[in-house]
Amino acid sequence: MSKRWISLLIPVVSIILGLLIGAIVMLATGFNPVDGYIALVNGMVGDSYNLGETIRTITPYVFAGLAVAFAFRTGLFNIGVEGQLIMGWLAAAYVGYAFDLPPVLHVIVAILAAAIAGGLWAFIPGLLKAKLQVHEVIVTIMMNYIALHVVNATIDTLSDGKEKTETIHTSASLGSEFLQSLTDYSRLHWGFAVALLAVLVMWFILEKTTRGYELKAVGFNQNAAEYSGMNVSKNIILAMVISGMFAGIGGAMEALGTFGNIMKMTAFSGIGFDGIAVALLGANQPLGVLFGAILFGALKNGGLNMPNEAGVPVEIVSIVIALIIFFVASGYLIQLILNKLVKKDTKTPKVDKKNVKGEK
Amino acid sequence: MSFLEVLYFIIPSAIYYAAPLIITAIGGVFNERAGVVNIGLEGIMIMGAFISIVFNLAFADKFGAATPWLGLIVALIIGVIFSLILAVAAISLRADQTVSGVALNMLGLAIAIFATKLLYGKGQTDSIEERFSRFDFPLLSDIPVLGKMFFSDIYGTSILAFGIAILAWFVIYKTPFGLRLRAVGEHPMAADTMGVRVAGMRYVSVMISGALGGIGGAIVAQAISGNFSATTISGQGFMAIAAMIFGKWHPLGALGAALFFGFAQSLSIAGGAIPYVQDIPEVILLILPYVLTILALAGFIGKASAPKASGQAYIKGKR
Repeated sequence: MSKRWISLLIPVVSIILGLLIGAIVMLATGFNPVDGYIALVNGMVGDSYNLGETIRTITPYVFAGLAVAFAFRTGLFNIGVEGQLIMGWLAAAYVGYAFDLPPVLHVIVAILAAAIAGGLWAFIPGLLKAKLQVHEVIVTIMMNYIALHVVNATIDTLSDGKEKTETIHTSASLGSEFLQSLTDYSRLHWGFAVALLAVLVMWFILEKTTRGYELKAVGFNQNAAEYSGMNVSKNIILAMVISGMFAGIGGAMEALGTFGNIMKMTAFSGIGFDGIAVALLGANQPLGVLFGAILFGALKNGGLNMPNEAGVPVEIVSIVIALIIFFVASGYLIQLILNKLVKKDTKTPKVDKKNVKGEK
Repeated sequence: MSFLEVLYFIIPSAIYYAAPLIITAIGGVFNERAGVVNIGLEGIMIMGAFISIVFNLAFADKFGAATPWLGLIVALIIGVIFSLILAVAAISLRADQTVSGVALNMLGLAIAIFATKLLYGKGQTDSIEERFSRFDFPLLSDIPVLGKMFFSDIYGTSILAFGIAILAWFVIYKTPFGLRLRAVGEHPMAADTMGVRVAGMRYVSVMISGALGGIGGAIVAQAISGNFSATTISGQGFMAIAAMIFGKWHPLGALGAALFFGFAQSLSIAGGAIPYVQDIPEVILLILPYVLTILALAGFIGKASAPKASGQAYIKGKR
């Protein structure tokens, strides 16, 4: 079996295995898995309201996934997407209510502010990685918690001790009455179009620009990149900043589209961590990320319907998502099984010979 | 409030908050020393906290004051079992350790809340009846000043934490097992050549961290929060990882770092009543542990460097 097929099959098999174990869990805990999954699908696309809410949920997932994937392509693991996202959320919400600007321009300025906030938050781990070889995983985890506390304290200062900031002006809103009326007054907003644009931007940067080529080269082999005259530390910092900018804009979607403000948080939104799952499932490709975000966003939103319709606690969806991550990450196992299956099917030594010679 | 009174107040509370961090951070030291990064400590703590509360609620009538201690043992067992998921994925199946750890955190929270809803019909348990209780350490609490600061009104769990730290130091630095553990984390190929079973050592190390993480979570639940909900464990696992790094991957260093973080945490909670401290914005105290960890990693507070093979899957025969 060719490598290309295996790399496509691993996520598919992982999703099936994840859903299968989810069904077993439901069965073991006294629920009917068929009812559970019907409720899940109804929650995803059952009516126009749910469809609208599903697309809304997918939107920040696209950005979180792109952020993780972009850093991955340069060989960096950005666990800090969560922190960068809430910094962007705060920046967009602030610009949204504190500035007075004409309609479209206001949205653009707010999104740019979010990108800068997220980018700055990612700049610190990027700089430490590039200049002092500090591992980015731990730094970004720490930056998440710093972001959480700083954002809460800032909301406290901005709102004079209230739980949330003022609501953004309509000129900064991504909301659309047209989209809402189309989807039975869900919170669907134009963010999904921005997300599609972002997918295109990531593809363009990585595949069509010299800078993108350098970023990927650093990810493949730092030494080779350095000896061919590329500035490795500059590329590392840039990759982190761009990754953080994607994450920050993801936060802007929540501020300008879904909520219209930012509220104090006792725990993380979880979008950033789910972004790791999205990127992993999408094999760090822009289009793959889009599919990963659609799957996980749909699962998350559809899961909300499971308690009402089938009585299953919504956490079953998180269990399934976590299992899918395990299976994708353990791709080695699935690869072994797939190889065994293929060999069993043909049984002739021919295949073995082919495997030895033909694997390119 | 005089300075001494402040100390009488703040030091026991610092140790109280530090105990679960110390124990979990020591767990982190074990697995990182063997070359496995365990981002999943948070998820393991959640499972430990959850199961200890379930046990406590169910058996408090039967076992009385011994219940929380038995809860620790149950949490230890569940922690070990749960950590095996990470061990299988990261060691046997060569999955990315960080990714598996993140998935473990997600899984831990989801399973615990799922089960809480099944068992109690809501996302939060009732409060437990039998908590860890305080006592005065015999003789030592009579020492003037120091006795009142360190040995009166203390929790048994604090003593346990110090005991585990010292035991871990002995095991890692003074026994053949510890030498093998460190060898596997620094240079697995060399260790393999000398006949040390790399995968076996790594499995054991992850299971130890699972046991200690489970205990840490159970202490948070049974000594501090008194019930279980989605926010019972909110970042303590990551703070334990921070303490491990700030303590430079050394058990006693982790002990010191966790104590310091506990101190910062208790200042942020009780600081309003203390002169000078009340003028410091709360957010500074809250982010202090994380900022210090970054500074330590960057080498501003002495160089902290991880075991060399930490985070890498070991594949036999691969150079």
